[in-house]
Amino acid sequence: MSGSPLRRGVPIVAGCFAALAVAVLTAPLIGSTPISLVRAFDRTLPFADNVDAQIFFIARLPRALAAALVGATLAAAGVVFQGLLRNPLATPYTLGVSAGASLGAMVAITFDLSLPIGGVAPAALTGASLAVLVVYWLATMRHRGFSTTVLLLAGVTLNAFFSALILFVQYIGDFAQTYRALRWLMGDLDVAGYRPILTALPLVIVALGVFAWLARPLNLLSMGADAAATRGVNVERAQRAAFFGASLATGAAVSVGGPIGFIGIIVPHFVRLLVGSDHRLVLPASIGLGAAFLVACDAVARIALSPVELPVGIVTAVIGGPFFLWLLVRKR
Amino acid sequence: MKSMAWLLAVVLVLAVRVDGPEGGPGHARDQHPQRIISLVPAVTEMLFAIGAGDQVIGISSFDRYPPEALTRTRLGALVDPDVERILSLRPDLVVVYGTQDDLIARLSRADIALFSYEHAGLADITATIRRLGDRIGRRDEALRVVADIDAGIEAVRRRMAGRPRPRTVLVFEREPGSLRGMFASAGHGFLHDMLDVAGGENIFGDVDRQSLQVSMEVLLARAPDVVIELQPAGDWTPERLARERALWNTLSGLPAVRHNRVHILVNSALPVPGPRVLQGIRLLADALHAGTGSR
Repeated sequence: MSGSPLRRGVPIVAGCFAALAVAVLTAPLIGSTPISLVRAFDRTLPFADNVDAQIFFIARLPRALAAALVGATLAAAGVVFQGLLRNPLATPYTLGVSAGASLGAMVAITFDLSLPIGGVAPAALTGASLAVLVVYWLATMRHRGFSTTVLLLAGVTLNAFFSALILFVQYIGDFAQTYRALRWLMGDLDVAGYRPILTALPLVIVALGVFAWLARPLNLLSMGADAAATRGVNVERAQRAAFFGASLATGAAVSVGGPIGFIGIIVPHFVRLLVGSDHRLVLPASIGLGAAFLVACDAVARIALSPVELPVGIVTAVIGGPFFLWLLVRKR
Repeated sequence: MKSMAWLLAVVLVLAVRVDGPEGGPGHARDQHPQRIISLVPAVTEMLFAIGAGDQVIGISSFDRYPPEALTRTRLGALVDPDVERILSLRPDLVVVYGTQDDLIARLSRADIALFSYEHAGLADITATIRRLGDRIGRRDEALRVVADIDAGIEAVRRRMAGRPRPRTVLVFEREPGSLRGMFASAGHGFLHDMLDVAGGENIFGDVDRQSLQVSMEVLLARAPDVVIELQPAGDWTPERLARERALWNTLSGLPAVRHNRVHILVNSALPVPGPRVLQGIRLLADALHAGTGSR
């Protein structure tokens, strides 16, 4: 692997992070209400009386940060799942993690588990973790080592199974609960404070650390497990790390914003069009661009129909879907 | 041949649907229904309020009131009416939502009379009670109930006249344990109308729909003087009530939070557009104009 494609990719990665910086700095400036930045940052006014500061720091900034965290995590997890499963159609949701998270959220909503703090998020994270363990157990039960084929089949099946359970739980709820559940499934980044972000952050940081270590093994794994093994990759360990890292990161992201679609598949593929397939470039570029994209989509969701909110999952799909198709058609 | 069969099927369906949802052929209009099924909780309450409770033989899965109604057979609701059991009870009137096209078509085919209902504003509640009274032969009782409601509403209006009208957000849905997933009454519908009678100014009165999801930004920008949350009765211990109210303290900038005017009203009457609407309006009026901090 020569250094030159890597070096050529570095400015693009830097560009993706520049886009993220622009998005995170711009998003809190726009919204349905005009605010004065001077007043928002005026320390002489008491915070309780300063509506501009409250809109900036309670409503907009946590949203932009949540969007950045969720977007970065889902895009990176998408890259890792596509590399692990050697399947370009894999998404962070392929192996049932988000279905597990959704099931947890649906159970919490329908059975009105009144959690003292954090609302539905802890239940979603619990559901995601259980799904991860079940899929892992299925994939390793009858096989020595780690079969990605069994993993994929088990994950897809579990996904369908959980989806049925989600419908069942929704069905036994009443109207209000069913509506609340449906709305949760559309994705929402109005986190109403920093607590959800801080709760998810440790898991995401650990996962991103794992991803950084995984970049080289994933490059070699893309040639097949045997080829990677002959080049000194501990295949099983790398696969296990990729599976747990990406799954738990996805669970954390979904617990913050709900199962927001499209990020985990559009962003990695778009990035590959820009920088090629070297994971040392694809991973950081996807993190930057995924975060920037979701921050921008959430800004659209906030202002498009203001004061009515548009679910952000609809925006990512409506903007992302056609854009991605256009890229595909143009490429051929 | 096949297309002919299709055509015939379509013609048959149309023929049945022609006489529409209200009343099927073969039921004389002057013959008052004795076996009524109501799939609409608000209308179930109306039936009992106008003294027709004994004629009610089936209710929806979501009925919670009045207590004597709860002994009746439950037969599904908006999305899952149990058509087989409805038919097996041999009703002579079924109260349905106007949007239940499929159910309306099937019951019409079975020659069962229907009373169709749609959610709307406060005035529609009394209009529905009157229409129901006419339909089941209890006109006088219905008019009495309507007169009581109208008089009560008028009394509340008079009591509120001249008082300041606090800018209020009426939240009817929220994720428990956090301030996320919040929905509030917008510029149409009975909740908006009830708030208006109770002497509150809906901060979303300008939004041309029945409800909207409230973002933190819009809530902070519109700065309500009073927050009222409606919770249908449930497992609400005083501890839980205090915990849920305390969540609002993160929005210390809202006048409602600063002046301790966040109210969580736990009452089964509030979200039902039925004969207990006056009770709901009085609860709202008390919350709006009580001193501070009461529930």
